Amino acid sequence: MNVKYMYSLLAVVALLLIAWIGVAIGLKVVFGVIFPYLAVIIFIAGFAYRVMGWARSAVPFAIPTTCGQQKSLPWIKPNAVDNPFSKSGVVARMALEILLFRSLFRNTRMKLHQGPKLAYNLEIFLWVGALAFHWAFFTVIVRHLRLFLNPVPMPIQLLENVDSFFRLEILYDSFKMALPGVYMSGLVLLLAVTYLLLRRLFIPTVRYISQAADYFPLFLIFGIALTGILMRYFFKVDIVSTKELTMGLVTFHPTVPDGVSTIFFIHLFFVCTLLAYFPFSKLMHLGGIFLSPTRNLPADTRARRHVNPWNYPVPVHTYEEYEDEFRDKMIEAGLPVERMPEETPEEQTDTDEKE
Amino acid sequence: MADETPKPEELIAKINHRPAFEDWMQVPVEIRKGMYCYASNPKSVEYVGLPNPRQWNPLDEDWKLPENWKEILFEGFRERLEKFRTFKVFMDICVRCGACADKCHFFIGTGDPKNMPVLRAELLRSVYRHDFTKAGRILGKIAGARPMTFEVLKEWWYYLFQCTECRRCSVFCPYGIDTAEITIMGRELLNLLGLNIDWIATPVANCYRTGNHLGIQPHAFVDMIDFFCDDIEEITGIRPEPQFNKKGADILFITPSGDVFADPGTYTCMGYLMLFHYLKEKYGFDITWSTYASEGGNFGFFTSHEMMKRLNSKMYMEAKRLGVKWILGGECGHMWRVINQYMDTMNGPADFLEEPVSPITGTRFENARSTKMVHIAEFTADLIKHGKLELDPSRNDNLRVTFHDSCNPSRGMGLLEEPRYVIKKVCNHFYEMPANTIREQTFCCGSGAGLNAGEDMELRMAGGLPRANAVKYVHEKHGVNMLACICAIDRAALPTSMQYWVPEVDVTGVHELVGNALILPGETERTTDLRGEDLPGMEEEADE
Amino acid sequence: MNDKKLIIAGLVIFIAIALFPFLYNMGKASPAPDPVLTPEAKAAKQCVRSRQYMRADHMHLLDQWRHNVVRDANHIYVSPNGKQYEMSLTRTCLECHSNKAEFCDRCHDYASVRPYCWDCHLDNPKENK
Repeated sequence: MNVKYMYSLLAVVALLLIAWIGVAIGLKVVFGVIFPYLAVIIFIAGFAYRVMGWARSAVPFAIPTTCGQQKSLPWIKPNAVDNPFSKSGVVARMALEILLFRSLFRNTRMKLHQGPKLAYNLEIFLWVGALAFHWAFFTVIVRHLRLFLNPVPMPIQLLENVDSFFRLEILYDSFKMALPGVYMSGLVLLLAVTYLLLRRLFIPTVRYISQAADYFPLFLIFGIALTGILMRYFFKVDIVSTKELTMGLVTFHPTVPDGVSTIFFIHLFFVCTLLAYFPFSKLMHLGGIFLSPTRNLPADTRARRHVNPWNYPVPVHTYEEYEDEFRDKMIEAGLPVERMPEETPEEQTDTDEKE
Repeated sequence: MADETPKPEELIAKINHRPAFEDWMQVPVEIRKGMYCYASNPKSVEYVGLPNPRQWNPLDEDWKLPENWKEILFEGFRERLEKFRTFKVFMDICVRCGACADKCHFFIGTGDPKNMPVLRAELLRSVYRHDFTKAGRILGKIAGARPMTFEVLKEWWYYLFQCTECRRCSVFCPYGIDTAEITIMGRELLNLLGLNIDWIATPVANCYRTGNHLGIQPHAFVDMIDFFCDDIEEITGIRPEPQFNKKGADILFITPSGDVFADPGTYTCMGYLMLFHYLKEKYGFDITWSTYASEGGNFGFFTSHEMMKRLNSKMYMEAKRLGVKWILGGECGHMWRVINQYMDTMNGPADFLEEPVSPITGTRFENARSTKMVHIAEFTADLIKHGKLELDPSRNDNLRVTFHDSCNPSRGMGLLEEPRYVIKKVCNHFYEMPANTIREQTFCCGSGAGLNAGEDMELRMAGGLPRANAVKYVHEKHGVNMLACICAIDRAALPTSMQYWVPEVDVTGVHELVGNALILPGETERTTDLRGEDLPGMEEEADE
Repeated sequence: MNDKKLIIAGLVIFIAIALFPFLYNMGKASPAPDPVLTPEAKAAKQCVRSRQYMRADHMHLLDQWRHNVVRDANHIYVSPNGKQYEMSLTRTCLECHSNKAEFCDRCHDYASVRPYCWDCHLDNPKENK
């Protein structure tokens, strides 16, 4: 029994029940106004606190992971992105890393065959799944701006049009999914988060390393995507009342109109939980990736000196001490010495030899 | 090789890459013979003034720790979180995606799930969460946190000395989390309690005192090199005249002491001597060796940042004392990570040196203009490109060569093409290993970062499996019989690993191949290579 | 190396983006739209379905109507209370709600919904006759 994912699943179910019951006993203002404001405050303040915490730590050495040919002799072509010598190279490397998960794209899967024969095959699913997940999530978030901006700006409308480009219409009496226009991003998000969850449950190595803190955001985001999809295509919330509520939040005139349904409050509570949880969790990789010293520093350390802010003098073994210990032997071996012995030099006691 | 070391088939049979259904925190650590290195000798620890020198044994229940060891670790942890952003960020942002899991040679070779890089880091992260995050303190195990205990300490020690800091996992990590960095921090913390291994501690003490890891004293160093000169004279009829500790020389040469000590590194050393002699005769090249800075490698790097700086200081101090223009560095792995990414920051600025310029070709090594130290593969590649060396690659025709990228030059520097260029110019038969096992994806020899001892042979052979397996592939496909490398630890470790996994393949440094091909002015016709093995008949046509 | 300034700049940008909706709507009152009912609609009192249903679900009803008319040539809709309607956007819906701009568009614009009804149907058939 894997308790780690059970904890997380139960936590998300508990959140659902809390919102449901809360709304049922009339705490709509709490779930519709107070929690969202709190969540945003915690998210912003927590995020800034964490990033500044990292910023406070020094970067004593420039230790980029070099993943390609260095810049050395003029006739050898350097890899300007994976082993960046210049700032622009670093920017390109970071952009590829952040926007396209460049390092994850290298992923391989190792297999030990009879022989023994080790094989490393391209393993693209994690990259595809991660990319689909993050970009779909990003699209969903941007799309949601239509509920927070009035009038809705052109770019957001454009994104909505692109997102609903595929006209998906399922029209059975028992299952209808057609109107309003079906957004791909929401479905992709749900599928991707499911994939990420399943790989944690079924790939033995990944299951072994997974913590409750890995399952929880996945279940939570699954819950967010699912309630969103249910709300849009199946339970049909009153979108005008819903936008009235969200617009009330962002214009600081909070209201809770009558037409807003319970499932919306559940959806909103999940989102609030995610926002408030964000700064205290691994989700901070959103900020952390920008600060990863193995990726964001140029590999030019032999050409430009990197300064360590806390560099301090250390005890060293000087040449003089060395010569004092070995002077006779050096003279005997014909090695030049700085100082010829005037009389018998003092005998060092430390004579044990090792190899 | 120790008798208890399992046979290759037995070792393979033990590997299982599917971890059981269990909570790793509940699995107690078992320090197993063959998988760990002996504890540090107190004399060595004491010599360099590191904490808690005493005789201790990892198998004992009592590690003779200081009374307040938990406090020392906590304080040390806190201090390093502030001093190293790498450490703090890497503690915080791992999402445990598992991309690194099967990238580690030790996981591939042992199947021990705690050798997955992510889990190696989690060993520290779990304590970090408990001690430094609110969620961890409140939620405890649910948040993946656990307090520091002696059991945890044992686990740290066992697995932090099963990592060779090769950084392969870091290449695949979407956030660039570098397990080497975590291992470095972990070993620094362990050193605060006097928990080093002797294969690191004693070379460190030696290096501090005599200038090199092997403890070779100045007169012996000269003798050993002299001995190589005898050999070269015997083979070529020419005797190089190396200079030592010479003030006012143009260039200071520093290479790992392993190259003057044991085969096959010694042949690489002969290669250097022949190259320098050739350049001296033809172009008046003026280079000196140093008995004081007689170590390129830096086992301090495997101890602590401070120890690394203390040992590294000799390079610049000696360059300054001798008044050379710049420094040339030999073939070595972690040495070049230290030089490329740490030296200038730690012990620079080297404003007493000049921007390196090859006195023979006039090439400015602009990529080394601040650190003022050039890799010999860069230097030689430049010479060959300018047609400054007379070479007879057919003298290496008995060799079918492949090239092993060492971890540090590839992932901490990017020295990929230079050695390949040199090899292709001095050998006629060169074959690459599969793409996922070379360049930035290269596999460690399995014995880096101070683990090249005799007592942890099982660990080393397991860790060496991925590299050896790729060699086996080109051996079977192309008949490769020589594995070239540019690392002294490789030259010490890979022969054992090859003997174990692919006995038909031998190991060489790149400059041994150069030495074989280089036509010295006035040399007699050679009948053997530098190893004293018969050269292939000159009339033999090169087959493709 | 002092990269604090850079980090703070990045953080400020991030926070500005996160708080963009607050900034964008600053000082703008944005009341929910109020669809205007024509006298005909007021007089009818009851639409084909309940007010609540129509607010949230009218798009389904219309889609179902279109499907029934175009695929099955079925033109009669019987509402749950037994009343019969012709399934026609222009002849039934727009008969009462002849003010598309004040009725349909207000909410659609507010919620950024762009129904494709008007790709074929004319806004106001009466005026264009």
